[in-house]
Amino acid sequence: MSAADPSLLASAPGPQIRAVRDEFHGDLLEVSMGPHHPSTHGVFRMMATLDGETVVKLKPVFGYLHRNHEKIGENTTYLGSMPYTDRLDYFCAMTNNWAYALAVERLAGQAVPERAEYLRVILAELTRLLNHTCLAGFLLQDCGASGTPLMYAFREREKILDLFESLSGSRMMCNYQRFGGCRVDPPPGWLEAAGRLVGGYGGFLDEYEALLTGNEILMARTQGIGRLAAPLAISAGVTGPMLRASGVDYDLRKVDGYGFYPRFAFRVPLGAHGDTYDRYMIRMLEMRESIRILEPALRDLPAGPIIDPKARLRGFRAKPGEAYGRIEGPKGEIGFYLISTGGPNPYRYRVRPPSFVNLTILEDLCLGHSIADAVVILGSIDIVLGEVDR
Amino acid sequence: METVEQIRDRLLARFPGAAVTVVPNPGPAAQHSLLLGAERAREIAEFLRDDPVLQLDYCSNVTGVDWPGHLEVVYHLYSMARKHGPVILRLRTANRSDQVTLPSLTPVWRAAEFQEREVFDLFGVVFAGHPDLRRILMWDGFQDHPMRKDYVEPDDYEWEPTAHGDVLAKAKRHAAAAGSAPAAGEAGA
Amino acid sequence: MIGTGLLKGLAVTARNFLGSFHDPRRFVTTQYPEERTVLPEAYRNFPFLVSESADDPMGTLRCVACQICEKECPPQCILIEKSADKKPDANGKMQIYPAVFAIDTSVCMSCQICVEVCPFDAIKMDQVFELATTNRFGGLLLDREALAKPDSYFHRIHPTEAAEVEARLAAGRKAAQDKARAAAAPKAAPAASAPSVQPPAAPVAEAPPPPGTAA
Repeated sequence: MSAADPSLLASAPGPQIRAVRDEFHGDLLEVSMGPHHPSTHGVFRMMATLDGETVVKLKPVFGYLHRNHEKIGENTTYLGSMPYTDRLDYFCAMTNNWAYALAVERLAGQAVPERAEYLRVILAELTRLLNHTCLAGFLLQDCGASGTPLMYAFREREKILDLFESLSGSRMMCNYQRFGGCRVDPPPGWLEAAGRLVGGYGGFLDEYEALLTGNEILMARTQGIGRLAAPLAISAGVTGPMLRASGVDYDLRKVDGYGFYPRFAFRVPLGAHGDTYDRYMIRMLEMRESIRILEPALRDLPAGPIIDPKARLRGFRAKPGEAYGRIEGPKGEIGFYLISTGGPNPYRYRVRPPSFVNLTILEDLCLGHSIADAVVILGSIDIVLGEVDR
Repeated sequence: METVEQIRDRLLARFPGAAVTVVPNPGPAAQHSLLLGAERAREIAEFLRDDPVLQLDYCSNVTGVDWPGHLEVVYHLYSMARKHGPVILRLRTANRSDQVTLPSLTPVWRAAEFQEREVFDLFGVVFAGHPDLRRILMWDGFQDHPMRKDYVEPDDYEWEPTAHGDVLAKAKRHAAAAGSAPAAGEAGA
Repeated sequence: MIGTGLLKGLAVTARNFLGSFHDPRRFVTTQYPEERTVLPEAYRNFPFLVSESADDPMGTLRCVACQICEKECPPQCILIEKSADKKPDANGKMQIYPAVFAIDTSVCMSCQICVEVCPFDAIKMDQVFELATTNRFGGLLLDREALAKPDSYFHRIHPTEAAEVEARLAAGRKAAQDKARAAAAPKAAPAASAPSVQPPAAPVAEAPPPPGTAA
């Protein structure tokens, strides 16, 4: 067997401990940035070994929010698992729903009408807007800007959540996609409200970027921090804005062309340095591209059925077989792998969570930086523990 | 991209005598997979990653599956360089009890690191050559493998007012043991 | 010049801060509970059972205890026990009714699947969210009496959905009445064809419904 590339196994336990400088006769300090922490984006624990303030070893520990989602999926019908997918990445319920519906539709060979596909694109891009806006807010919160950018972000997110509420009945736990389409048609006035929101979002982004992008403190704290090289990113299975910030052109909306994304003209921004500032900028640019998708989608939404007439709601069964369906969620590639043996429940129900796989290189990124930078790096990876632990 | 049969033929030509078979997928998705034998799986994986035609440099998903006679690990491979995929690999253990070791593909794709740890944690497959094989979602002292079909959860009974089905049976067992009987479905105060 | 980014940011913050005194877009807090936001019609919280009339909620429940919602509920928070006897429903047909219908709102995740799968439009989503109680083990368990609300309430909180349900149920009742009339007519026709010179009996299925029957 050929030798593995050692740079790719940086997280293996072994001679990671640097020699401690003799003049201070210091010891290494092991800090548990424990599960209860305002900056760990959920119940997430980092066992950091510090030499002074510099991280020499960092092991992520999670599982505190493990709720058995996959085993519940084996004991629940296909339809019954849909509300549970809302709760995976609880910020982005609409995209989780779509990924699961896509996987089941691929498993069963179920067609989807045009109107439903357009609506799915609209809701996925609205979700991308709210996720990236919140990420900018959380990242700034981690840098210490205690509240202002976050609250501006939440103020805009509320408008999108109001849209979701008037469409699906719930702000976050939408449970909106079904196998073969969407659950219910947008009520009268919804499309106009969405159009107004999207029209005003560019102005909000201009103001938000005036607040943040040129800010010297943000640049000092994020430029050059947590550089992720492209080969490591590809090997570690990193997807989403984090991968594109390292310069790799891989966006599932372009690669797989699922849904009706090929009908929309949008660009894929790529980063040049792969550091935290690039990850932040990529998300701001992606929001602008999302607006360029939303405007024609809302304008050209076709009339028609909202769900395929042949789709079954209760007693949905799929022929024996398996399928892996994936979409470009706001955090990366979210995929569902389903094995059916012909019964009402799937035999194996697996979620491929983007945050979980993106955490593989957390230690690599943090080595050599200070513990304060580790918080910022974790913020830029954009994890949600609901997805990491399932 | 090549079909799965063409990939198999190329693999058999490159690694004669290796165990490579096509597992057809009967459903409409038609995502067929390649079943690899454990002995040369890592070499084959490296070949698939470095092959100029396939360039499967991205391991997207590592799944464990519990079948009645064996455990299975499924790898979904894509190519970021060529933007094609998926090529699906399957590795099977000999049984579910004592011969549960499979070669780890983490040295080939770093993306498998956490996901193989999860398969070890929840299914019990031991990955030989994994740099850091320990539990990831369950706590370190946990004993069993929860995603197996025969996992029996501990009897940490908690009263549930709308108990029916299995929960009702459990409640009745506890009520009989305790001597009192809170009737299921009784309205609260 | 270093610091221009900071100054631009401070200008944004100042605009928001000063704007929050006069511009509703910048001050977005609702002073709950003195002010309440208007909830959209589609907003859902926990389910409730629909009774046809407010005077006799238990007697006019639409639910026929088919237990489909109980089976489809993902967290299994519904408990139904069928009655031993039967009662006539809105169409006059004798149906069983639920003797026990309990929803554990500490388990219910308001996913609305019970509403989607109910074939009788008997369970709908409510909008009440102020359900906090001090009794942890029974206070969140809603039984039949707590769950039953009249159809007029359903019309008030979900007017569009209620109108659509009403139209569907009315069409169903009309179809049932037409079928009953068509089944009764052949019994009358043999009695009418007495052995005398009479025109042949008109085809039985032809009788048009008198206007205004569907109510």
